[in-house]
This record gives sequence, structure tokens and C-alpha cells, in this order.
Amino acid sequence: MGYTLNFAVVWRNFDRLLEGLALSLGLAVVSILIGAAIGLAVAFALISKYRAAVWPATVYVTVIRNLPILVLVLFAYFALPQMGVRLDKIESFVAVLAIYSGAYLAEVFRAGLLSIPKGLTEAGLAIGLTPMQIRSTIIAPLMLRNVLPSMSSTIISLFKDTSLAAAIAVPELTFEARKINVESFRVIETWIVASALYVATCALIAAVMRQVERRLALPR
Amino acid sequence: MAKTLLEIAGLRKTYGTLEVLKGIDCQVHEGEVIAIIGSSGSGKTTLLRCINMLEDFQGGTISLDGEEIGYHVEGPTRRRKSEKDIARQRALTGMAFQQFNLFPHMTAAQNVMLGLVKVKRLPKDEAHAIAVKWLDRVGLGDRAGHYPGQLSGGQQQRVAIARAIAMNPRLMLFDEVTSALDPELVGEVLQVIKGLAADGMTMLLVTHEMRFAFEVASRVIFMNQGVICEDGNPREMFVAPKTERLAEFLKTSSFN
Repeated sequence: MGYTLNFAVVWRNFDRLLEGLALSLGLAVVSILIGAAIGLAVAFALISKYRAAVWPATVYVTVIRNLPILVLVLFAYFALPQMGVRLDKIESFVAVLAIYSGAYLAEVFRAGLLSIPKGLTEAGLAIGLTPMQIRSTIIAPLMLRNVLPSMSSTIISLFKDTSLAAAIAVPELTFEARKINVESFRVIETWIVASALYVATCALIAAVMRQVERRLALPR
Repeated sequence: MAKTLLEIAGLRKTYGTLEVLKGIDCQVHEGEVIAIIGSSGSGKTTLLRCINMLEDFQGGTISLDGEEIGYHVEGPTRRRKSEKDIARQRALTGMAFQQFNLFPHMTAAQNVMLGLVKVKRLPKDEAHAIAVKWLDRVGLGDRAGHYPGQLSGGQQQRVAIARAIAMNPRLMLFDEVTSALDPELVGEVLQVIKGLAADGMTMLLVTHEMRFAFEVASRVIFMNQGVICEDGNPREMFVAPKTERLAEFLKTSSFN
């Protein structure tokens, strides 16, 4: 084959990969937090008895989930400025990933909401809580416990989607790896190390989520 | 005669074309303990649920302490009150459910405190003291820190009763509170209800426990097909039913 593995260049530039990874994680955390807030509101809208709430929520989820995220990333960065909305690279990517996460998490949350017995809402009403208080103190906390396992895979998936920010030159992990690759011609080594970093981070996220799940499990 | 607490007049409830309550008229006086009996589908649970607006209703009025529940009624027009007003009115009645409906992510004490803190706006320590007092009262003072999943059905139901009663309601509604319990756990729950009755709490109980109704109720309402069929003193009703329907119903109900 004539290709001898030599990781020296990659190790020399390892801090750049770590910085990239840190940015990837930062993008994911901020986007997913915003997305979770959107998803929660949209999930309640999806199961609302008011058509005026169900309709826009359904359109949002359907449109966003049926678009490739790369298309959204490119649209937000290149098309929106033409329409007078100017965001820098990072802002535009966070906005896209937040909106994208919102649609996926809305579906996860909706499934969780459907599994909560109606009697709990009635018990809340009976002691005089308002529907809003019931959502925040009873329904949402129970729903989050229910959906932690499926939320874990959604979060991992969304973290991996940060690699698409490379398309608009956000210096996250994939972008940094490509730069090192181009500068050093160490193709195999660079991508092996970058891949290992992705895998390790995802495994860590999964472990943390399992821990959270265990912590929040209802005592019996 | 004691003061009238609850006044139901011409109450009608429909699901689409199905009429479940066909004009209920009834007065409840302070301190009365009323057992509502009847076969399933007679509308007894629906009646209870209308009283605290867990069900909307289409005709008639329900007033608690002279205040109309759920709707502003002016002549022929009726308008549902705001969620906030309805929530305030619901807090005036307590309700215990067949399925207990405790909040599974909260301890027994937290279940009881929730309404005190969020609805009555009491400080946490004060709410906790009240919660512990009522848990003690239902015999569960030592279970305050337990979660519903760690309690038996009978214990859960007693916590649920404490949660309702801690709000200091004007009226307590019990909806078949022993139907989901194993037979050996029924007694402890009925004991708690007896205690509340002895304290003079006004109560409406939908129940299948005929013996209990006979022992504890000061008055029995027998419902059949969406109307009140018979209404009176348990001794007379159980011993000498005036209507064929009630006689029939009592014959098919077990008295143990």
C-alpha cells in the first residue's frame, strides 16, 4: 500500500482537535437546551385540545423533520442574509440546530406526555392547581423521566449533527480535522483520531444520561 | 336545619346525544354525609365530577355557599368561568379518586403540601407542618417521606384523602375510593372516612359499600338512569325501599 501510519502530526495538532471538540459540545449544549424549551412548548401544543395550537405545531414538526439538516444550515447561512437576517456563522448554526432539535424533541416529548395517566391532571385540578401549574409541577417532570432513554439517543444524534457546521466553516471538530488533514496529508490518522473523539464523546453522553436516568428513577 | 352548603338545580349533562344527567335537583346541608348509590351508568360519578368541574355540564346550576360553580348564568346564556376562577372554586371542594392519583414523583408529604404551597401560597415549613399533621391523622405520620410506589394501595388512598382534606375544603367528594383496593385494605380507608364524618365534614360518597353507606351516611341518594330515584334516610331506604328500582338494586348488591 505504501502508506505508513504516522500519528506524530496529529498529536502535534491534538489541541486543535480538542478545541474543535469543545466547540462541538458547546454548540450541541446550547442548541439542545434551546431546542428542549421549544420542544416542550410544541409537545404541549401538539396534544392541546385547541386547534389553533395543534395546527402550527404540526406544520413546524412536519416541515423541519422532513428537511435534511444540511439544507437548513446552508439556507440559514446563505439565504437568510439575502432576506435581511444577518447572523454570524455560530449564531446561524445554533439557531438551525435549536430549531431542528426542537422538532425532534417535540415528538419525543409528545410520546412521553401521552403515557401520563389523565387521573394525575384531575388530581391536580381537584386541589385547585391551574392547568399551567399542573404542566410544570406534575406533567413535565414525569414526562421527562419517561422519555430519558429515547432522549438519550436523540441527544447523541444531535451532537453528531454539529459536524455539519463544518460546511459553513465553523471551527468545530470535523472542520479542524479537515484542516489538519489538508495541511499534513495524514488522511487516515487524522480521521481515525477525530472519529475516536466522536465515539468517546457519544459514549460519555450515553453514560451520563444513564446516570441521570438512575438518579431520577421513581423509588419503589 | 343546618345551613345549605350545596344547591344543585336542574343539572343536565350530555355527551353528544347521550344524556347522562337528566335534571338533578338536590340540596346538601352542612355536616351531611351522603352516600350516592346506584348501578354503573346511573350517573353517580358524573354527578360528583360536575360538582368540581372535572366535567362540564350543559344545563342547570350548582352553587356552593351561594356561589355558582363553573358558569356565569344570566337568563338563557351561560358562559364558562375563567380557568383561574374555576381553579379557585375547585379548591373549595376536596376529591378522592378510585385510582388514588398520587403524584408518583413526590413523597407523601410533598403530595399533601403541593396545594398548600401552590394554591394557598403558604410558606413551605407551614405547609409541611400541616401535611404531617394530616398524615398523622390518617395514620401515616411515619410514612411522610415515602413515595407512592413504596406504599400499599390503602396507604396511598389515605395519603390522597389527606391531600384533599389538608386544603380545608367546604365539601369532600369521594369517588368509589375503595373499589380499587384489595379487600383487606378497605377497612383502613373507611375508618379514615368515618373519622372525618365524626368531625362534621360535609361529604358526598359514591360507593358500592352498602354496609358502609348504611353505617356512616346520614342520607342516601339512589340514582338510576341519570335521575335521583330515591333520596332519604338510610334506615328507611335500605329496610323499606319506596321504589321498585331501589328494591331491585339492593337485592343485587352485596351487604358484606
